[in-house]
Amino acid sequence: MKTLIMIMLAGALINNVVLNQFLGICSFLGVSSRIKASASLGGAVIFVMTIASAVASLLYDLLLKPYGLDYMKTIVFILVIAALVQIVEMFLKKTSPAIYKALGIYLPLITTNCAVLGVALTNVQNEYNFIQSVVAGFGTAVGYTIAIVLLASIRTRIREADLPRPLRGAPIVLIAAALMSIAFMGFSHIAF
Amino acid sequence: MKPSVERLYNGIIKENPTFILLLGMCPTLAVSTRAMNGIGMGLSTTAVLILSNLVISLLRKVIPDEVRLPSYIVIVASLVTVTELLIKGYLPSVYEALGIYIPLIVVNCIILGRAEAYANKNTPWLSVMDGIGMGLGFTIALTLAGLVRELLGNGTVFELRVLPESVEPMGIFVQPPGAFLVIALFIAIMNAIGIKTRQKQLVEGGLCDGNCAACHASCESLKGGEEK
Repeated sequence: MKTLIMIMLAGALINNVVLNQFLGICSFLGVSSRIKASASLGGAVIFVMTIASAVASLLYDLLLKPYGLDYMKTIVFILVIAALVQIVEMFLKKTSPAIYKALGIYLPLITTNCAVLGVALTNVQNEYNFIQSVVAGFGTAVGYTIAIVLLASIRTRIREADLPRPLRGAPIVLIAAALMSIAFMGFSHIAF
Repeated sequence: MKPSVERLYNGIIKENPTFILLLGMCPTLAVSTRAMNGIGMGLSTTAVLILSNLVISLLRKVIPDEVRLPSYIVIVASLVTVTELLIKGYLPSVYEALGIYIPLIVVNCIILGRAEAYANKNTPWLSVMDGIGMGLGFTIALTLAGLVRELLGNGTVFELRVLPESVEPMGIFVQPPGAFLVIALFIAIMNAIGIKTRQKQLVEGGLCDGNCAACHASCESLKGGEEK
């Protein structure tokens, strides 16, 4: 239980996927201009990343490892994630239109989000078992959501600020991310 | 200018993937802690990019349009796996330093972007030159960012001490926040001297809502398909 809590915290705060490992930067910068949109994207990422970690872990333990196909993991994982996103999208559309409406347009965007593939590969690298992988996937996605919602709230304030011309646009967003990253470094000494 | 030379110029200067198109931000931020890492990552990506452009260009009449993205992903993933195994075998220190970012070349926007925007409608020779140009542009950008971060954060250039011992290096620059800061400053300098970058699409969503594969393609087609 203690390890699970640790994995969860490490994924969400200590090794924050965006601010510390630089995965999913594309969407982190692209979809953070509005809080509502970024929260929806965060929800979609939590959903997909948890399922993707579970499926990738099962595939790795039951198929790739016993048959010595370790080196195929990159190809298998990226295809599984792409297919999975499609299935999840179709499934949600049929069964719960409310969730689909909230997350819908963000689901296809996640296929090429490097964070999802990154988590699947990190889980394998750390030799997590099935439950640990699911918890790590969920924790990482929560970390992603925290980061993107925080950045979106900072950006709503920046919009009103009078900035020097060269800093407008991407530079100020990156500087805000740098300051958040410094703040998140404060978590790096948490240990049980 | 000959078309092949023009491709090199386009990739390295005019449409530099990192500084002008702002693609492939994840590896740029992650591995630029040392100039050497920048070269390693840049050249690995270049190798994959050249080969994927070549293969996709050769197969451009074979792959049906509807399933082109999955096909590209499979091609790129196979090439990345080959590259990963080669690096692991021959350059273990580079493998150690780059770690998980080598398999993540698969989802590097530059590679799928070039496949979609260039290789699938041009001849193999030009596509290879495009791959070389874009790859070198990426390598140069990564190395530059690495140089700045290594100099400020560690006081060294390519592991050789440059700053005197009495100057305390600013450790923050080799840590995660430094990556964001250095890239922010690079873009700010380019804004100040009036070089146009693609940052509007990057930070305001628009067409490029974080979807790397579709992103570059749609931005390219917006510009009027100048490459045809």
